Amino acid sequence: MSFDWGIIAGNWKFLLLQGLFGIGSFGGGTLRLAIPAMVLGSILGVVIGLCRLAHRRWISYPAVLYVEIFRGVPLVMVIFWFWFLIPQITGQRLPDYSVALAAFVVFEAAYLGEIVRAGVQTVPRGQVDAALASGLTYGEMMLHVILPQAIRNMIPSLVTQFIVLFKDTSLASIIGMMELTKAAQIVSQREIRPFEMYLFLAVVYWICAYSMSRFSRRLEGKMSPEQAPARAH
Amino acid sequence: MTYDFQWSILWTGENGRWLLEGLWTTIRLSALSWIFACGLGILSGALRTAPLWPLRALATCYVEFFRNVPLLVWLFFWYFGAPQALPHPAQDWLNLHGPEFWSAVVALSVYHGARMSEVIRAGIQSVPKTLFEASVATGLSVGQAYRLILIPIALRLIIPPATNESLNLLKNSSLALTIGVAELTFMTRQIETYTARAFEALTAGTLIYLVLCLTIASVMAQVERSLRIPGLIARGVRSES
Repeated sequence: MSFDWGIIAGNWKFLLLQGLFGIGSFGGGTLRLAIPAMVLGSILGVVIGLCRLAHRRWISYPAVLYVEIFRGVPLVMVIFWFWFLIPQITGQRLPDYSVALAAFVVFEAAYLGEIVRAGVQTVPRGQVDAALASGLTYGEMMLHVILPQAIRNMIPSLVTQFIVLFKDTSLASIIGMMELTKAAQIVSQREIRPFEMYLFLAVVYWICAYSMSRFSRRLEGKMSPEQAPARAH
Repeated sequence: MTYDFQWSILWTGENGRWLLEGLWTTIRLSALSWIFACGLGILSGALRTAPLWPLRALATCYVEFFRNVPLLVWLFFWYFGAPQALPHPAQDWLNLHGPEFWSAVVALSVYHGARMSEVIRAGIQSVPKTLFEASVATGLSVGQAYRLILIPIALRLIIPPATNESLNLLKNSSLALTIGVAELTFMTRQIETYTARAFEALTAGTLIYLVLCLTIASVMAQVERSLRIPGLIARGVRSES
């Protein structure tokens, strides 16, 4: 056993620029997948979370079904479904990036919907009554009164979910999309140095994910005590 | 979209047997990894609340390093990378004995052990501190207090988040297909390749996962109800995912 750490010195630019940021001839990129997936997933998540809270059953039941199905199936399965279904429906092959993005948005929305629901439920009931009594419609009440307060409560969970999503984007390499893990796979196969390469890959993911989780903890601490969710200490 | 459904492909020829074999491998892989992950999780979760700081630091390093890296990277590391660090005779032995399955067990156990550890730590910390002080005051050693008092109560408190985490492990075992373990997702893909009937194959795989997850979740909900500690459960356990 002998290690050659030189391959990291020779390839880190390709890994970080192409793999992490998606700057280069292959497109893709972990962050260019994770960030749009989080934004679009949150929008869909708000819709699903609010539907789940609706009083009318024909609105809330489909949302419950959506959440239960996507949380009961592995992400890999969902990615394969989109890989197969999108060409069937649109009649043409789309780039791997679009397939991965669609799969992540739909999958993450199930988890984000639950975060939205929990966030809305932490807002005191009196706020709803007061808003409605002062003459706001249901939509106005949600948009101007409930959601702004709910989002403050949701921020720590949202950051945690973004870290999960950031790690999950590694699965896009399974359908061949260029991102951090795929870039490392390519280098590792070319150089036949899997030990050094995958350890370096783990360290890169770790630095990104750990700094995000420190940030989330700081954020939680900054909130006023009555806002911060109770921590087990 | 015109698609001609042929559901019969799921039970004709080899396909039915493949699905069952895949399911069996998924269950074996998940069950073995679950046992190791629980062991690692209980050990490191307990150490993270220990009164000695070197023990806490050791457990914290393990948890923070392993849970902040994607499982897929750990699979590649343990399957492709780690054997390179072994002496040659050991490498040859591994190659003869099918390293895929055991690499997947190691990757799943170590990754989910770190995640389970967070659940268990939250459980131990939600047990009232006075209980620990009382058990030490009655003459138990710190080890005995953990073994006989804190951990048994914590385990009952954490059933909901631990179930969630166990289901994550089951679902994540599907990633083992990337290193060639013939589990359920792998077999689904294989049927798709052989028959070119992607819709039917994916539906079968998806339904099996759904049934597995929903069954385990409802059984555990029953277990939780019967093991509920009166007066304590209301405290609730918040786990970080």
